[in-house]
Amino acid sequence: MTTLNAQAAPVVADPRVIDAPARAAVGRRRPGGRLVLHVIVIGLMLVWLVPTVGLLINSFRPASDVAASGWWTSIIPPWDFTFANYEHVLAQNNLGDAFINSLFITIPSTVIPVMVAAFAGYAFAWMDFPYKNAIFVAIVGLLVIPLQSTLIPVLRLLAGAGISGEFLALWLAHTGYGLPFAIYLLRNYMGGLPREVFESASIDGAGPATAFFRLALPMSVPVIASLAIFQFLFVWNDLLVALIYIGPTRSENLPMTVVVANLVSSLGGETHFLTAAAFLTMALPLAVFLALQRYFVRGITGGAVKG
Amino acid sequence: MEERLITAAIVLFGVPAVLVGYILLTERLIRALPERRQGRIRPWFWIAPALAFLVVFLIYPTINTLVLSFLDKASTNFVGLENYIWFFGDSGTLEALRNSVLWVIFMTAGVVGLGLLIAILVDRVRYEPLAKTAIFIPLAISFVAAAIIWKFMYEFRPPGVEQTGTVNAVVGLVGLGPLDWIRDRSFLIDNFALIFIGVWMWTGFAMVILSAGLKGISTELLEAARVDGANEWQVFRGIILPLLTPTIFVVGTTIVITALKSFDIVWVLTNGAFGTDVIARKMVFEMFTVQHFGHASAVAIVLLVAIIPFMALNIRRFREQEAIR
Repeated sequence: MTTLNAQAAPVVADPRVIDAPARAAVGRRRPGGRLVLHVIVIGLMLVWLVPTVGLLINSFRPASDVAASGWWTSIIPPWDFTFANYEHVLAQNNLGDAFINSLFITIPSTVIPVMVAAFAGYAFAWMDFPYKNAIFVAIVGLLVIPLQSTLIPVLRLLAGAGISGEFLALWLAHTGYGLPFAIYLLRNYMGGLPREVFESASIDGAGPATAFFRLALPMSVPVIASLAIFQFLFVWNDLLVALIYIGPTRSENLPMTVVVANLVSSLGGETHFLTAAAFLTMALPLAVFLALQRYFVRGITGGAVKG
Repeated sequence: MEERLITAAIVLFGVPAVLVGYILLTERLIRALPERRQGRIRPWFWIAPALAFLVVFLIYPTINTLVLSFLDKASTNFVGLENYIWFFGDSGTLEALRNSVLWVIFMTAGVVGLGLLIAILVDRVRYEPLAKTAIFIPLAISFVAAAIIWKFMYEFRPPGVEQTGTVNAVVGLVGLGPLDWIRDRSFLIDNFALIFIGVWMWTGFAMVILSAGLKGISTELLEAARVDGANEWQVFRGIILPLLTPTIFVVGTTIVITALKSFDIVWVLTNGAFGTDVIARKMVFEMFTVQHFGHASAVAIVLLVAIIPFMALNIRRFREQEAIR
């Protein structure tokens, strides 16, 4: 998910025009049409869910079963499920350590760009300085720069600074890559906050730092939540940046994505372990997503989310 | 273990403290200045960290890559256009370029088409939130996990043996197949099998945005058309599609860029074999595996050039929005 730049937000729904019963009534005139509708919708849901569910079921099956028959054959009792695949990948393939590495990489790589972007977004929204608009237009342009066009020079910079292979290298790189979207989103949101709030704070003698930490930041919590979830998922799911900047020499610092991607080629015939490995990498993002879906959707549907 | 605890402490407390400390400290410094200069200098302190990151990690490296693309394998001698001549003369890169074009066309069409269809269909059922969540879930997982999920979906056993892959089991029900989906070069099936993984992952993205746009269309307008005797297809063609066109355009450009940059699925599943290479993977391969930095940079620049028109579109759209604000 390298380009979650849903800039130029489409019109966010006005709650007054959502009239669910009226919409649901549309097809009711023809009962046959309703049935076809349900069949298609449920069919699509199945196509989208079955791959993940199949993997999950396979991850709890013994190796011999995975090789011999499809996951669907195991739904019918007698059940023969096991944790053996999970135990194996956690013990043999260092996935436990890789999980911790992913956390160590992802948390600062989320906190730093969100905060740095909040400072900049606040300045772009509420301060005046020369070339402000030109700089911001340049940031909009940077939204789509492909990572590939930065890899070699950045790797050389990081190696020159002696930090390639370290977590710090990824924190800095992910901050750079995440900033254009973060600044864009925060500037648009903060720019929409009511002017009077900042004016009265200023009259009461509050400096910009106070106004930022006491007013702008707390009022921007919804957009910061969306942004943090995005950046968290982007970094957690990233393969390319970690593959290049950690590199093969510091394998003890690799995150889960790289370790699991390497397993695909190194496991050879024992591919059943991949099921458990893949599910371990998915577990945290899925939990985050399902718990905070509302913020995630809101972040996608607009840079200019209101309320 | 102790080292890990120290890292954890830095991660949880050190990093935020440094960032908040930066702003508080610079505010102190600014206060020491004469009052009329404070307002002029303050914004630069607030945007300085962001600008530094953008210059170091995006602007400088992109310019440097352009320079490297005119240098040789080890970036020591100037070789002119040699790397680009290699790019447009090498059958491997040209195949990767063709496949990237396939990704752009079919992933974008698939994601936007299915996203629009699903947005319109789920709008008419009571379990809309549930249906949307189901379509949306793949967007939260990594390309690596998605590639493994589909590795098992596309699993192939010779004809006559029980199929363990879901796709071959299903086509077997209607008497077709089995096919080795990600290795079968005929009719570019392997490419389409890989592209479908991208479609599966990103359809939820298009659906969510298009659904929000759809709910912005007034129900009265739609009902008025239906009362006047328009059928559902006419309502779609005459009202929904024209009103959603700008949104479709926004979603489409995002997917085009995603398709151009997508590298993980191919890297994990075929590593470019069986005629499935794409330019985003080719770049990483030339850099990481071959270590020919001239070739790698040239591939990166071709990718960048393909994306520049969309950058220009983004900027134009942003300017238009600002004009309305």
